[in-house]
Amino acid sequence: MAILEHATRNMRAPAPAALLVCEHCDTVYRRRPLERGEVARCTRCGAELDRHRVLTTNALLALILTSMIVFVQANVWPIFTLGLNGQYRATTLWGMIDVMWQQDAQVVSVLAAATLFFFPMIKMLVMGWLLWFARAGRRAPGFAPLMVILHRIGPWTMSEVFVLGALVAIVKAHTFFDVAADPGIYAYGALTLLITIFSGVDMRQLWEQTPEPGA
Amino acid sequence: MNTLPRAVDLGVIGCQVCGLVCRNVPGDTQWGGDGVDDVMACPRCGSTLHRRKANSYARTWALLIAGFILYIPANVLPIMRTASLNDIDDNTIISGVVELWVKGSPDLAVIVFAASIVVPMLKFLALSMLLVSSQRGSDWARPQRAKLYRLVEFVGYWSMLDVFVVSLLTALVRFSVLSRVEPLPGVIFFGLTVVLTMLASISFDPRLIWDGRNTDD
Repeated sequence: MAILEHATRNMRAPAPAALLVCEHCDTVYRRRPLERGEVARCTRCGAELDRHRVLTTNALLALILTSMIVFVQANVWPIFTLGLNGQYRATTLWGMIDVMWQQDAQVVSVLAAATLFFFPMIKMLVMGWLLWFARAGRRAPGFAPLMVILHRIGPWTMSEVFVLGALVAIVKAHTFFDVAADPGIYAYGALTLLITIFSGVDMRQLWEQTPEPGA
Repeated sequence: MNTLPRAVDLGVIGCQVCGLVCRNVPGDTQWGGDGVDDVMACPRCGSTLHRRKANSYARTWALLIAGFILYIPANVLPIMRTASLNDIDDNTIISGVVELWVKGSPDLAVIVFAASIVVPMLKFLALSMLLVSSQRGSDWARPQRAKLYRLVEFVGYWSMLDVFVVSLLTALVRFSVLSRVEPLPGVIFFGLTVVLTMLASISFDPRLIWDGRNTDD
């Protein structure tokens, strides 16, 4: 754990770029570069302040591109198939969203479309776009509003919950039906893994890593 | 430990969206602030800067209470109907957990129980406790309360589990008259409860835990 030096009360005219404020308790620290593997935690409330970024911009971009491919597969391929007396039924994510809409559960349908399709897609596209320009050390067009969007949709992507939900559904259906896993569930599994890796990355570092336009 | 300076003491504000530390100059109109009611925009990302999230107590209480009201029909009403040739079976959240336990997967039953019952209850109890203790300016167990808030934020969205299970089964179990699964109103109330409690935990400002009545920290 890295210890950051506290800013002091009698500090005259602090340079804002050199400071860091804990979001969870408002304690002010002096920023310093972290060594590999270091995580800075707030000494007052224990929240994470800063963490050394292991993945380079290039590695992160590669990861995002991989996730996009897997995301397409996860949405196009059926998730699993149920069989009963020789009849078979498979569904994709959009098949599920569509059926819920027709079954008068439009609220659920909209929630699923937003948290499993639109928000994850927006997140990946925006991250890809920002990182593509960051590679060349530049800020992408629309950098500031896109960074704000990324921050806002953060908690609303739920692909990993859906994977667990699919497992529970398989087990529940297993008692009455023949169940066969389809490629979609594997794609979802891989997607969950990828999302877990890049959701730990604080994209806000891009603010410091790219120069202010016109600065 | 009582010398840790906070942003308030140093006259700076940390932007909650991009992390920039901004100087809070009373009367500075450059950022659109009039220096009176603390309305300023972050010069870097353009988001409104708040010393504390706006109306955090009122908003969080409102969303939490609304979520709790919807949580009642979410549990009382059935969430899913399984219909076969000679049998119609309506399941509530609890009966779904029991069924999973009885029919051979106690481990998954525990996971579903945790996501559908424990997590929402944890959110109601934890957020109410955080709200009451912060509003009273209590300095009791502050580091633990801060940790509790981060836990609530972290586990919150897993409650959607049951909603996705019902959706998947509805989409798949459609064998004309032989066997069908249909969603029932309970699942809609439950989905809305999850959204409202997530909004409640987002609108709570954890910095309030540390504010207190007296500025002795």
